[in-house]
Amino acid sequence: MQTLFFVLGAVALISGGLVVFQPHPLRSALWLIVNFFAVAGIYLLAHAEFIAAIQVIVYAGAIMVLFLFVIMLLNLRHPEEAPAIPHIGQKFLGTVLAGFVALLMIYGFTQAKLPAAKEALPGLGNTEMIARSLFTDYLLPFEVTSVLLLVAIVGAVVLAKSRLK
Amino acid sequence: MVVPVTYYLALSIALFTLGVIGVIIRRNAIVIFMSIEMMLNSVNLAFIGFADYFKAVDGQMFVFFVLTVAAAEVAVGLALIVAIYRNRGSIYVDDLNILKW
Repeated sequence: MQTLFFVLGAVALISGGLVVFQPHPLRSALWLIVNFFAVAGIYLLAHAEFIAAIQVIVYAGAIMVLFLFVIMLLNLRHPEEAPAIPHIGQKFLGTVLAGFVALLMIYGFTQAKLPAAKEALPGLGNTEMIARSLFTDYLLPFEVTSVLLLVAIVGAVVLAKSRLK
Repeated sequence: MVVPVTYYLALSIALFTLGVIGVIIRRNAIVIFMSIEMMLNSVNLAFIGFADYFKAVDGQMFVFFVLTVAAAEVAVGLALIVAIYRNRGSIYVDDLNILKW
């Protein structure tokens, strides 16, 4: 199980690196799909079967289709051009800053005192348990979510339809 | 063999840092957007790791809501990118300087 975790984690990291460090937007999108599938596999290892299925359907399916559709619409087949003024210094500084953020997160997690792990609960992560929780404890956030999606649909249509003046 | 929660957190931190680097060094707005998706995904990974550790379903609920917010965000964000491209003819973020003085 740990071997599988390491393999999937390596796939996720390599494909994530290719998303960031390689200049073609279309290839970035395709590598991001690989990344999402690897993370979905890790969810399966963590006994979150429902979330893994949702990850594949929503992220690797719907969201990435939207990305690829927009890339096709904007005709971004060429690699990212070099900027008029090269800013290598900013990029280096930004990467150092990101490393600092990572160090901060590592420090925070090592300082945290985790309580001991619980006993295994039968059926954790199956759809029935998630549905029970969703419609009892998390009913209000669930309903608010539907309003959020409605607002997003209306906003997307308005933005994409009319020209921004 | 159970995977310890530390491994999930380490992978989550690594993916989040990759996303931060992508947001900082890339010029293409769509790739920046994909990096943001990757950061959201890494946070989901931490949630799932903790849900597995504490054997509670709440972590998975939060992932569910993050997924919904991500879907809404992608719909609005890509519509914005299309509108900006129509208006300015470029989606490189350093070409967008109308708010700069």
